[in-house]
Amino acid sequence: MSETHEGMDVGYVAKLACIDLTDEETALFQGQLDQVLHYVEQLDELDVSTVEPTAHAIPVFNVLRKDEVGASLNHADVIANAPSAANGEVRVPKIIDQ
Amino acid sequence: MADLHKLTITELSEKLTAGECTSVDIVMDVLSSIDAHDGKVGAYLTVDREDILEQAKAADEARASGKTSPLLGIPVAIKDLLNVKGQPCTCSSRILEGYTAPYDATSIAKLRDAGAVLLGRVNMDEFAMGSSTENAALGKTSNPWSQDHVPGGSSGGSAACVAADEAIASLGSDTGGSIRQPAAFCGCVGVKPTYGRVSRYGLTAFASSLDQIGPLTKTVKDSAILLETLCGLDQMDSSSIDVEVPAFGANLTDNTSLEGMKLGLPKEYFVEGMDPEVEKAVRDAVEHCKSLGAEIVDVSLPNAKYAIAVYYIIATAEASANLARFDGIRYGMRIDGKDPADLYAKTRAAGFGQEVKRRIILGTYVLSSGYYDAYYKKAQKVRTLIRNDFKDVFSQCDAILAPVTPTPAYKKGEKADDPLKMYLDDILTTPVNLAGNCALSLPCGFASNGMPIGLQLIGDDFQEETILKVGHAYEQTTEWHKKRPAL
Repeated sequence: MSETHEGMDVGYVAKLACIDLTDEETALFQGQLDQVLHYVEQLDELDVSTVEPTAHAIPVFNVLRKDEVGASLNHADVIANAPSAANGEVRVPKIIDQ
Repeated sequence: MADLHKLTITELSEKLTAGECTSVDIVMDVLSSIDAHDGKVGAYLTVDREDILEQAKAADEARASGKTSPLLGIPVAIKDLLNVKGQPCTCSSRILEGYTAPYDATSIAKLRDAGAVLLGRVNMDEFAMGSSTENAALGKTSNPWSQDHVPGGSSGGSAACVAADEAIASLGSDTGGSIRQPAAFCGCVGVKPTYGRVSRYGLTAFASSLDQIGPLTKTVKDSAILLETLCGLDQMDSSSIDVEVPAFGANLTDNTSLEGMKLGLPKEYFVEGMDPEVEKAVRDAVEHCKSLGAEIVDVSLPNAKYAIAVYYIIATAEASANLARFDGIRYGMRIDGKDPADLYAKTRAAGFGQEVKRRIILGTYVLSSGYYDAYYKKAQKVRTLIRNDFKDVFSQCDAILAPVTPTPAYKKGEKADDPLKMYLDDILTTPVNLAGNCALSLPCGFASNGMPIGLQLIGDDFQEETILKVGHAYEQTTEWHKKRPAL
């Protein structure tokens, strides 16, 4: 990690994560997350070049179900949760500006 | 008032069967207890009295028409990240204000089938990210033993309501210790089941390879009863596992002998900086288990010390993906923007609290191009080492005895400004989530400041019966679990 760790650019990563941060938050998180990244550098002590990664502790494979139509959520209940809706659909700002 | 709220599932089930009380009686006592104490404790976010009374009446009617179940008519509080049809499910976050769950989580459906009464929704750290319930946007929860102290987290409300006799039992979730740590801090029992035992369908996801739903109760036997109801394969969660569900509750007997049982004591779990009172209480508990006939063996989990580093890479990575769904489009809060991207960024800025933002950013970073191998993949490899350690240890013993936390509950605000310090609290609980096996926390003493201390029993994959048996034997021969806070 030490070879790649040059510090995180919190402002840039926040853009990737789609979160508007204030300048105060950016500065605060920069310090705190640098500290966390420094802490996790301890993993560099270990040689894991021959170790297989674990994605799930107890993995299961090829979980299939019958291709049958089952019950689904009530459309009106789902749409009722949308902050803005019209004609039974979710309303969003214009994506393509013409 | 018959003080029914102070009783256990087991005791109330006997009374209900004998016709000595009704579910409505129980619920009335519990609601009175909430009225009397929740102003101090602050465990609940919402309590829908009318709905609760209707459920209790329905349970009484079901009993009259011949239905039986150990949970029939028993009120159970619900952590605010489990979807209950028609109820809010905010995860204690502003971003989910206004959301109404359109379906029941599988664990909720199972409680309903068993006839349990779904009590109110209890507070938590926002999206289960925290160890003190101080990261909650919508409520403030205190430790029932002292209003100055944190209840632990993230299932702080679930632990506090049980410890304060404001619920008979509750559901929580454990991603890095979020059931066991608050159970230890509040002096109740909590179980983190083996990954895959309990369906996660309807649990708002934090870190999907780690999250498990589990019970918080006043006794080990009650946890066994509730756990049994929650377990089982579910088509709605492809990571749930098809293994037999033992009769956890019925299989616990009055026999308190631990003869023939080998219990491991991992030297790495008595960490530097551990509170001496916690260490003493746990070592006394080890001696107690020995006196019940258990053989104590020294074991080693050499890679457990890396668990926090691994956990805060894997959990935040998974969280950054899981929480992408909260974007202001389909549910919850929306802050309008000039285009969808602007809307997402503004909504997420206003809707998420600081800890959630911090973790999403960390998780986004460790998954980003150029850093994936150095952080995420490396963490997954060390996760393998941690799991192998447990495999190795369980070839030498039946279960592990350990502390749950390095210290008892601390004062509010003490760690609130130092995320890393707060993360290190989870050093003794996160290894189990990474390895996937099961563990429980039960009371084993008190610190001189009056705060409870927890004992952790760790079992191999799907060996919940073993840790429940040891915990039950310990509990039957000690008095810690009977102590209640003065409210």
